[in-house]
Amino acid sequence: MPPLLFWIFALLMLVFGAAVVINRNPVASALSLVVSFLGLAALFMSLDAYFVGIIQVLVYAGAIMVLFLFIIMLLDLRAEKLRKINWLASAGGLLVALALLMQIFYVVGNLHAAQEKFPPLVGSTTDDVRNIGLLLFDNYNAPFQIVGILVLVATVGVVLLSKREVR
Amino acid sequence: MDTFFVTTSLLKILGILFLVILPMVSYAVYAERRVSAFMQDRLGPNRVGPAGLFQPVADVAKLLLKESFSPANVNTFYYWLAPCLALIPALITIAVVPFGSTLFGVPMVIADVNVGILYVFAVASLGVYGIVLAGWASNSKYPFLGGVRSSSQMISYELSLGLAVIPVFLVVGNLRLTSVVRYQIEHGWFIAPFIGDWTNIGKWLLTIPMFISFVVFMIAVFAETNRLPFDLPEAEQELAGGYHTEYAGMKFALFFLGEYAAMISGSALVVTLFFGGWHFPGIPDGAHGWVFGLINIALFFAKVAIVIFIFMWVRWTLPRFRFDQLMRLGWLFFFEIALVNIFVVAGIMAFLPT
Repeated sequence: MPPLLFWIFALLMLVFGAAVVINRNPVASALSLVVSFLGLAALFMSLDAYFVGIIQVLVYAGAIMVLFLFIIMLLDLRAEKLRKINWLASAGGLLVALALLMQIFYVVGNLHAAQEKFPPLVGSTTDDVRNIGLLLFDNYNAPFQIVGILVLVATVGVVLLSKREVR
Repeated sequence: MDTFFVTTSLLKILGILFLVILPMVSYAVYAERRVSAFMQDRLGPNRVGPAGLFQPVADVAKLLLKESFSPANVNTFYYWLAPCLALIPALITIAVVPFGSTLFGVPMVIADVNVGILYVFAVASLGVYGIVLAGWASNSKYPFLGGVRSSSQMISYELSLGLAVIPVFLVVGNLRLTSVVRYQIEHGWFIAPFIGDWTNIGKWLLTIPMFISFVVFMIAVFAETNRLPFDLPEAEQELAGGYHTEYAGMKFALFFLGEYAAMISGSALVVTLFFGGWHFPGIPDGAHGWVFGLINIALFFAKVAIVIFIFMWVRWTLPRFRFDQLMRLGWLFFFEIALVNIFVVAGIMAFLPT
């Protein structure tokens, strides 16, 4: 993919990522997060990782954010809009974020591997989904099963918690 | 990126969008009115042009010339954004659907990505934002109820939709939609095993779960496109039109067009997955001359039109479900059927190599 597209999508992601924090309207924040996810998905696809990109859209933008929006819209938003901005806390947050950014730049700048140029991507001849499936079920079968049991336990827990009392 | 690829892709996008999909959308609205009229023993719109064929043109002119009215207390930006978000996802799902074989050696699919069906689901799942936002931005209780209903309905039925197609891909072994069509050309349509080699027992056995898969998928598409019997988000009798109550003129029309475009892309998927796409027994593909290429495209859209007719037929035949019935049906019935179906197909595949 041409670098121009990378810059467009990276900028899109960053701008809307900032908009998530800056917006006073929670619905606007949630929608900004959706656009940010779409930008991220586009970046994944630019690396030929179609499967990861599409799953990003399908799971995060398509399902989780819809649930978020669903909950937010049921709340009373006026209280959130009227709340005063705590400038001291905002400045502190900005400072911490800047410090973290400086650290990352410093560490990455001194890393030897970061100076090297990556070899060009080799187009895969087999299918994304097939490769991921083989990897999950062959190499990482045990962790995959454990995650499956964890998810099952969580599902049972959710059902139990949200169940109405039966008398 | 060579210029040939870019030019042909642009031509395909423009051609399919402006010459096929958008006219089809507007004539689907006309067809809906005529079909409903014939089912209710009326005539339907038959005044504008021969048999009322210019009715869509008159409708669009009327809608465009209406005052672009927006109520006082709406959230203006999102109020305007919602109709666009409702139409666009429905249109761009067509990108991965192979609508023909080849024409002058150019494959008739806009983007042949290796995660085809997942792309369709991802984009279709974005369609809910238009409806939810319309309901919220209108700042009115009926549209809001419609938006809330729509989001819960779409999330519930996306599960059955996704699970229903897994058997197809278990058999094909690939998520690419062109591979699905290719497989069906070689082995017969999934829904019609008598096409091609009909002596194969395994193929006949596979047809049973495939048919269940087809039924579940079809019903989930009904729910995803908010068509009756699952049109709870816009139920006129309960919600006064649901999420588009506060919309008028062309903005309302965009919602309407979005619904029909979603119906067309849903039908295109049904045709691709279960009815062999552009294939018809005895008709060669585009490699034998451009006439056959055009015939393949025409065949595909003829099949799509038949599926759309089934959509309309169901709409004017069945009454609407209640919301709790809809949810129970989705979670306690179709979800389980689709899940069991996957195991059945996997079992058949394991014991009967086809």
